[in-house]
Amino acid sequence: MTAAKKQQIAFLIIRTLSILVVGILFVILGFIIIRGIGVINWDFISKMPEEGMLEGGILPAIIGTLYLIAGSILFAFPIGVMSGIYMNEYLKDGPAKRFVRLMTDNLAGVPSIVFGLFGMALFVNKLKFGDSLLAGSLTLGLLALPVIIRTTEEALKAIDDTYRHASYAMGASKLHTIKKIILPAAFPNIITGLILSIGRVSGETAPILFTVAAYFLPRLPHSMFDQAMALPYHLYVLATSGTDIDKARPIAYGTALILIIIVLICNLMANLIRKIQRK
Amino acid sequence: MSNIIETQHVDFYYGNFKALRNINIDIPEKAVTAFIGPSGCGKSTLLRLYNRMNDLVDGAKLEGKILIDGEDIYDKKIIVEELRKKVGMVFQKPNPFPKSIFENVAYGLKVQGMKNKTELENRVEDALKKAALWEEVQAVLDKSALQLSGGQQQRLCIARCLAINPEIILMDEPASALDPISTAKIEELILQLKDRYTIVIVTHNMQQAVRVSSKTAFFYLGELVEFNDTNIIFENPERIETRNYVTGKFG
Amino acid sequence: MNKLFKNLQVGILAFSSLVTTITVLLIVIFLFSEGLSFFNKKPIEPGFIIAVHPDNPITFINPTECKRIFDQDITDWKEVTGHAQPITLVTLEDIGNNYSEEQMGAEMEYLDTCYNHFIQGDKGVIAMIPERNFTNKIKANKLKLDKNSIASFVQGKEWFPTAKPIAQFGAFPLLVGTFLVSLGAILLALPLGLACAIFMSEITSVRIRSYMKPVVELLAGIPSVVYGFFGLVIIVPLIQKVFHLDVGETALAGSIILGIMALPTIITISEDALQNVPKSMREAAYALGATKWQTILTVLIPYARSGITTAAILGIGRAIGETMAVLMVTGNAANTTLNILKPVRTIPATIAAELGEAPNGGIHFQSLFALACILFLITMSINLYVNFISRKKA
Repeated sequence: MTAAKKQQIAFLIIRTLSILVVGILFVILGFIIIRGIGVINWDFISKMPEEGMLEGGILPAIIGTLYLIAGSILFAFPIGVMSGIYMNEYLKDGPAKRFVRLMTDNLAGVPSIVFGLFGMALFVNKLKFGDSLLAGSLTLGLLALPVIIRTTEEALKAIDDTYRHASYAMGASKLHTIKKIILPAAFPNIITGLILSIGRVSGETAPILFTVAAYFLPRLPHSMFDQAMALPYHLYVLATSGTDIDKARPIAYGTALILIIIVLICNLMANLIRKIQRK
Repeated sequence: MSNIIETQHVDFYYGNFKALRNINIDIPEKAVTAFIGPSGCGKSTLLRLYNRMNDLVDGAKLEGKILIDGEDIYDKKIIVEELRKKVGMVFQKPNPFPKSIFENVAYGLKVQGMKNKTELENRVEDALKKAALWEEVQAVLDKSALQLSGGQQQRLCIARCLAINPEIILMDEPASALDPISTAKIEELILQLKDRYTIVIVTHNMQQAVRVSSKTAFFYLGELVEFNDTNIIFENPERIETRNYVTGKFG
Repeated sequence: MNKLFKNLQVGILAFSSLVTTITVLLIVIFLFSEGLSFFNKKPIEPGFIIAVHPDNPITFINPTECKRIFDQDITDWKEVTGHAQPITLVTLEDIGNNYSEEQMGAEMEYLDTCYNHFIQGDKGVIAMIPERNFTNKIKANKLKLDKNSIASFVQGKEWFPTAKPIAQFGAFPLLVGTFLVSLGAILLALPLGLACAIFMSEITSVRIRSYMKPVVELLAGIPSVVYGFFGLVIIVPLIQKVFHLDVGETALAGSIILGIMALPTIITISEDALQNVPKSMREAAYALGATKWQTILTVLIPYARSGITTAAILGIGRAIGETMAVLMVTGNAANTTLNILKPVRTIPATIAAELGEAPNGGIHFQSLFALACILFLITMSINLYVNFISRKKA
């Protein structure tokens, strides 16, 4: 077989496999969208679940997930951005920086179920928050932290040093330069990281299993010390507790679709910002 | 002396940038031809057209014709891999593969499908001898090529190129990243090879052009300004730009 | 004052950057303090001891044998190196069924006598006795029971944490299940991911590549519970049909779903590794007459090998730690099996499935933390190893 022939065959295989990868995504998305689209209507997203979740809407799960997103981002975003600033603008290359980065990488690699256990041990039991939005938000926030730190660092690194030097040359202090020059310039990229971590937080199940998630709670949470339902856990419950599969499945498809829509919106927004940024 | 490469009315673009303008130059067989000129004058670009290395660049476009051995090398019938076996290339920075010395030299042969071990060994030895590297490396053929000095690495790259028996060797500033002693060795090697191969060398170093080449072409702003015997270009050029450049008034 | 304010701001920034480090340390502390206290306990219901007739030569019993005795798998003492003698089980329930409340006493103060009566009547008795009632009125030998050991935890073949009176904490099937599913996932994902990375980096145009990047990103963004749901309604029935199985929830289903989930990691990192191969390497190969495929195979992949290895390792790491999707599709039977068409149970799935029912602070609860410690150690070593390789390269 000639080298050219071999190349033809190899490339054919590689192309086929790549199309398969793209195909997998579209099959999953298409499947959930086709099965779920008929379920979603105003009642579905605005009503309380009824008949042991087999009828009615999924409002408390939507609201619970929104609260969890807000809570975790409120906690993780400021800390993550500040940490990213310190890492990129203040900390010099050396053992200290390497150590902090290693720890951040390690945290990013911790399995989500371990976050769940940790959140329960620290927030629910030790700090006595109980199963609550607060405990769940903090756990999810810790999970999102490494992503936000890393994207902030990347965003700051992408800012040309001439910006910094120009600002210093005009007598501005370092803090002033960061606040007025560097951060605004890096802002779109930081936001991209934020949006992607929202996508991640909204879909995580394992960390909220033992920190906040309520199996069935047909009311909205009263305070941040209250339990709440959440979309991913709701989907898990509907998919696996097979009391009446025929009735539960449509609601499960609808819930999965809502989750996918959140992720799609986050990804689209992130890509849009990137595209605008490039121009 | 016949011409092995004929360049006819060549215009070349990178996207909208016109890198070469109406180039006509014929390269003589079994001799050393030097391309000189300031940075960005198009000399390297032209060199890379001869083995279609610029095919890899997005948005590159060629107008005009380049013939090697009378064949249009941009014709659809040409298999580019075959062309590159005939037209070898040595790059500015030594770029050995992170493999053993032996594997580096044998690479081109293996790519062609040569499997016989004895034959491979003979060809590798032969190529290393031609590149004047055999004495230094024969005991360490299975060591990584990256352990060699810069000068040795460049001669290894030349050996790698010689192993596939090219007719033409393109050299893109082959000594610019090397120290003076290594440079001298490379130049010596070029002189040894010039009777058997057609060599086209791009260089910034005018003394080098004088030392190794029999003909020299001077490029400026994408145009071929002057092409003649090397001694004429350096001693009595026709064009004032050439004179200014070779006497160091600009560049 | 102004200076103080500035220093304070920088101080806050510095503290923020320590949050991840503090979190990792806290995770270690909480995980290991709960997890390690598991190894300080005996696998018996708290407050109980096990005793046999004084003539019985047995003095020691291991948890597996004990469970099999109480399950009536073992019915004669000779099966556990004793004399031939049928085994009679005596539990608190048996006492309650045979004696009146009066006989036991209002405060259970005569329970010891009742037990003694039972034990003296039958040489084959094995009795489970509340520790506070084990007074010297009972003529019986208390059996020694080992504390949970790391060795028995890791090697034990039975995971049955709610078994009475002796719980079984053998994590071996869970470890095997975890590795089986992850290995299967990587075997599926690596060729697919690598092919996709080669396609994006070397073969296709810049334009198509720019369309594929978001596709890969979306694959990474889909929540694991959605993958699990998809697996449950599509992959599981498919496997059941194709292989004519009774249940489709198998290790294979887990591997397929985890393989899809590991794809983005593998694609992104291998593509980076390929893109990082210097242009000069490609040029050298092309200039020697190599075709694109030969260049990919003989120069680019060897050059990017460490990056591709990293991709595979991180992919495995992701698969090992994944919880929800696996929980939903692998059937969760604690089998020790290498058959990918059997249900298996992984460590994360075990934790997720059981923690809700394990009483806080109990031995079952702690055993799940011990599992989490194993998980943490595995993923931590993977991260440290990857960090080590990438630093060695830089």
